[in-house]
This record gives sequence, C-alpha cells and structure tokens, in this order.
Amino acid sequence: MTLLLFLEQTLNGLQQGVMLFLMAAGLTLVFGIMHLLNLAHGSLYMVGAYVCATVTQASGSFLIGVLAALGASAATGMVIEVLAMRRLYAREHLDQVLATFGIILFFNELVKILWGPQALFLNPPDILNGTMEILPGTPYPTYRLFIIAIGLIVALGLRHLILNTRVGMLIRAGATHREMVGALGVNIDWLYTVVFGLGAMLAGLSGALAGPMLAIQVGMGENILILTFVVIIVGGVGSIRGALVGALLVGLVDTYTRAFLPTGLREIMDPATADSVGGAVSGMGIYILMAVVLLFKPSGLFQAYGNAS
Amino acid sequence: MKFLPSVLGLCAAAGLSLGVASAADTPVKIGMITTLSGGGASLGIDTRDGFDLAVKMRDGKLGGAETEIITVDDARKVGNAKQIVTRMLKQDNVDIVTGIVWSNLAMAVIPTVTKADKFYISTNAGPSALAGKGCDKNYFNVAYQNDNLHEAMGQYANDQGVKKAFILAPNYPAGKDSLTGFKRYFKGEIVGEVYTKLGQVDYAAEIANLRAAKPDAVFFFLPGGMGINFVKQYNQAGLKETTPLYGPAFSFDEGILKAVGEAALGVHNSSQYSWDLDNDANKKFVQAFQAEYKRKPSLYAAQGYEAALLLDSAIAAVNGDMSNKDGFRDALKAAKFDSVRGKFKFGNNNHPIQDIYVREVVKSDTGVTNKTVGPVFKDHVDAYAAMCKM
Repeated sequence: MTLLLFLEQTLNGLQQGVMLFLMAAGLTLVFGIMHLLNLAHGSLYMVGAYVCATVTQASGSFLIGVLAALGASAATGMVIEVLAMRRLYAREHLDQVLATFGIILFFNELVKILWGPQALFLNPPDILNGTMEILPGTPYPTYRLFIIAIGLIVALGLRHLILNTRVGMLIRAGATHREMVGALGVNIDWLYTVVFGLGAMLAGLSGALAGPMLAIQVGMGENILILTFVVIIVGGVGSIRGALVGALLVGLVDTYTRAFLPTGLREIMDPATADSVGGAVSGMGIYILMAVVLLFKPSGLFQAYGNAS
Repeated sequence: MKFLPSVLGLCAAAGLSLGVASAADTPVKIGMITTLSGGGASLGIDTRDGFDLAVKMRDGKLGGAETEIITVDDARKVGNAKQIVTRMLKQDNVDIVTGIVWSNLAMAVIPTVTKADKFYISTNAGPSALAGKGCDKNYFNVAYQNDNLHEAMGQYANDQGVKKAFILAPNYPAGKDSLTGFKRYFKGEIVGEVYTKLGQVDYAAEIANLRAAKPDAVFFFLPGGMGINFVKQYNQAGLKETTPLYGPAFSFDEGILKAVGEAALGVHNSSQYSWDLDNDANKKFVQAFQAEYKRKPSLYAAQGYEAALLLDSAIAAVNGDMSNKDGFRDALKAAKFDSVRGKFKFGNNNHPIQDIYVREVVKSDTGVTNKTVGPVFKDHVDAYAAMCKM
C-alpha cells in the first residue's frame, strides 16, 4: 500500500513538473536569449486559460479551444513584444521588472473588464474525464496522464526545433552573438518577436491545459509564476534542458514534501504539532531545494551558453 | 487625485440642496469598504450589489433619510483597508462603516471604527476575537460568527453517521478556526488533518493521501479559487462517488458553482442563507436581485442586503438623526427588519442567533445550484458569546 501511494505521488510530482516545464520553457527561452526578465509570463498563461474556456464553451470542442488559446497567446505575446518589450532589452533588469509588473496589472484589469470577476467554467473533454487504474487499486485521473504525455511531446519538439532547425540555429546564434547574426543579414528584431511569441504560446498552452483542473480567474498566473522562477533558477537560466530537469525536480520535491512530511512528522511528535509544522515546512521544500542547488551550482544545474539546448 | 474629494463634496452638496424634506439636516453617511478588484473580487461585488439593491428599492433613502454611500475598493489588502477607514472617519466623517469580506481586514478596521465611537456593521467577517472578550457595543455582525458554518458541518457529519473524517483547510488563522469549529461538534475520529498553502493550486498530493486514509467523509474549507481547484480535482480523481464531500457554503456560492459545474453535484454544504429559503422577504429579494443583476444572489449578496435592511430599520427609528447614538444602537440591537432568513435576532455579543441549514448541490433547469435540505442547528448561539461581557 505504501509503495503504491509512493508511486502515485511520483506520478503527481511528474505531472506537476510537466506543467511547470511548459511555463518555464517559455520564460527561460526569453530570458536566455533576450536577457529579458518577463514577470508578465503569467498573464499569457491567464490569456491561454480564458481563451480556451471561452472557445471551448462556444464550439463544444476542447481541441479547438486549445488551438485558439495557442493562437491568442502567441499573438498577444508578439504584440506585447513589439509595443513594450522591445524598448526594454537594453535596460536594466529592475526596469524590466517594473515594466512587466505594470503589464500584469494591465492584463488583470483587462480580463476583468472583458470576462467579469467570476471564475470561468471548463471541464476536460469527456474521453479524458475519467480515471485509469494504471496502478492496482489506485484510479488515476486520465486527464493528468494526458498532461504528462503532452508535456513530454512538447519537450521533444522543442529539442528538435532548437538543435535541428534553421530557426533553432538562429536562436542559439542570436543568444550568444547578437551583432554577428545581425551583420549576416538576419533580421534580429523579427527573430526576437518570434521567440517571444513562441514563449507566449507555451505559456498559453500551459494555461489552456491547466484550465480544466483549476479555477480560471483573474490573477491565476501569479501563483504559478513564482514556482516557474524557482524552476529556471534550479535548472540554469536560459537552458531548455535545465528547465525540464528543474521542473521535474521541483514538481517531485514539492509533491513529496506535501505528501509525506506531515505523516513523517507524526511519528516523532504529537499530531497537532506535526500537522501545523508539516503544513508550514512542506511549503518551503522547493525553496530549500533551490538553496541547496545554488550552494553547489551557483548558476543552476545546466549552463545555457556554449551548449545552449 | 486632488479634485476627487471636492467632486464628492459637490455631489453631496447637490444631493443636499435637491433633497426634499429630509428627516434631519445632514445626510446619513455610510462608508462601504469591500473587495472589488483582484482575487476574491466577486465576493465584494456581491456584497456591494446586495447593499445597493436595498438602497435602490428605497429610492436612495435608508430609514427615510438622505443617505450618502461612499464605496471604496480594498483590493483584499489590510494596508488599503486601514488607510481607507482612516480617511472615511477623519475626512468623510461617516457615521457607519460596513462591507469588509475578509477577517484579517476586519480585525484591522473594526476596532478603529468602534474606538472612534462610530458604528460597524459586518456583512461577512466574524472573527472569534471580536465575538468574545473583544466584543463592542458599536459592532454588529449581521452575517454569522466565523465558526458557525463549520460547526454545523461537524454536527451534520455526526447526523449522517460519519465515523472517520479527513479534514483540510489553508494554513492561516481562518483555516485553523474552521477546523476547530468542525472538531468542536464532530464526535468521530479525525484520520487526517491537513493545512495547505494559502492560494494553493494543485491538490493531487493531498487527494492521494486522503484516498489512502480511507475516510467516510471529507470536510474542507477552501474559500474562493482554492475551492474551485480542489472540487474539480477531487471529482477528477473519481473520489466523489465513494467519499462524500462536506464544506461550508463559501466554496459553493452561486458564482463558484458556475465555474465548478457538475463536479460539485451531490456535495453538502452549510449556510445560514440560501436563495431558495421559503419566506416572503426572501422571495422579494431574490426576484429583485435577479431582475437587477441577472444572476442568483449568493450568501454574500444576502448579507449585504440585510445589512442595509438593518440600517434602514435603525435609521428610521431615530428619524435620521445620527447624533442620537444610544437610540440608534438600541434600534440596531432590536433588529426589527424582515430578514430573508425568515427570522433574525442578535445575541448578547451582537452576533446573530440563527438557524444554520445544510444544502445540497443539485442540477436544475437553470444550471447547477443549491437546494436547502433542512436545518442542522436551530437558534444557534456562537461559542464565544458567553465570554462577551455585554
């Protein structure tokens, strides 16, 4: 029984990690290549979820909803890039934080004006809205398995895009030798817009996929954004591979501490204390992980430059 | 920003000069501080809409007197609420403050109001600290004491023969009060007591543990978006069929049910109010609310509405003369208004003595909604009333 529970919690950790990866991949791409600290990444996640919920309701198809969310978030991202971000590349990180924080406020109000303050409704499509007994005696939500699969497919796709395609080559080159790539006749501005749109699309995908599991409401992106920053710091800023490993690590550590720490503490102290201490400490698990990683590898688990992938 | 107070002043002056034969020389000023933006905004919007509806139904006059309402958004931030209340008391010179949704904000605001010898009417928050030793003659709570709904669920679990319960709440003061309230009445065994992070998004780890603990029922208090997350994920894990879910009304108000949908069907929750309570005052309220706002009223809306009704009765009793503080206070305490709960009275600590109902989430032709099953408590007095020396 305990082993089964452990395996189930491992699946939960992987699933959470995959969701974080989708967010972190976009954020780390933008930070690694353009050196832009984008706090508004969570707003694009929110846009993805809202558009997905609205289009799914109107069309009756979750697939169309997700595709619309991808398009809408990518388009929103590109518009933000052209209108606002482009002015920030040469500025300090603090200026970027200030400006992108402003964008968060802007989007929160805009979404409230367009959709109202009430949370939206979105369910998984019927074929995914059940449970599968992949471990004996523990039915596991099919939708969460679906998310794990999608996340891994996206990870492989990104790897292929960056290592084996012309766009990927330009992205890698642009990250390290911006002026040289420009001198060779590549339109760097346009390249950055595309990369930002790609990152936005990944955030939108993450939001659309998260929609059926959570409350689609104003400010939903802020909760996940903090975890996403932990992921890219653990994984190494700018590295997609680091984002994947970091996301899975953070997902697993967070799930394990939440799942097993309070019960573990009950063995050594009285239940009431164990519950409150466990509740408090399990919230810190991922930050302890981050501190430990930074202690031994100050720039994260994977280096971005040189072997950017 | 500077022109704003002067514009308000102008409006107030215009209101005065246009006002025909008002009962007193000066209008009654009410300050409403509530959450209108950011997380939890729908609660504050419901509160405000309910209050405004009652005022509108009386042609803008509460108790027949000219009424000026100053509504300000606190964005759910303690700092904002403190600043707003100071301004309302010192600059706007309000007679009454109302509207706060969250207990931590209420703790910062209510003592400030009562110390200034003004009145506070709570439309939602009922922290235990202000119901017992910290009670005040100028503080009236028209909603409930915080523990009430959780206590009712504990009692209901007993009534349903639940022997083993798994309980869950966020790790903050109201979360702890909630589980304390549940345990005060629940007689069975607690097989798991979990405090989650405030604002937590994913509950997969807790749900897996909960399944392994094999409880007869699960009690949870997760207000706002957290509750939406939890109920959806609980349903997706296929647990709702085997293990019933109990909770206070906060995770099942009409707005939240719209977002959760059928995942909440069959859940039992406790409330002192429901839109389907069978009495004339409530029928009138529900009809007017739906006509005005095109949605069903939540308990927050009813609480806002009743705060205005209570004020209406008390202002009428003193003919709009707010300098008659003792008369106004006595009239508030008497609570002579047509409550949408069917009946209403204050206990010694100015908190309601009332029935608490259990409701079931059902499917109706207008969508997923609450249906009242019956009362769990009759004339329930909160646990702190005895500690209040009034």
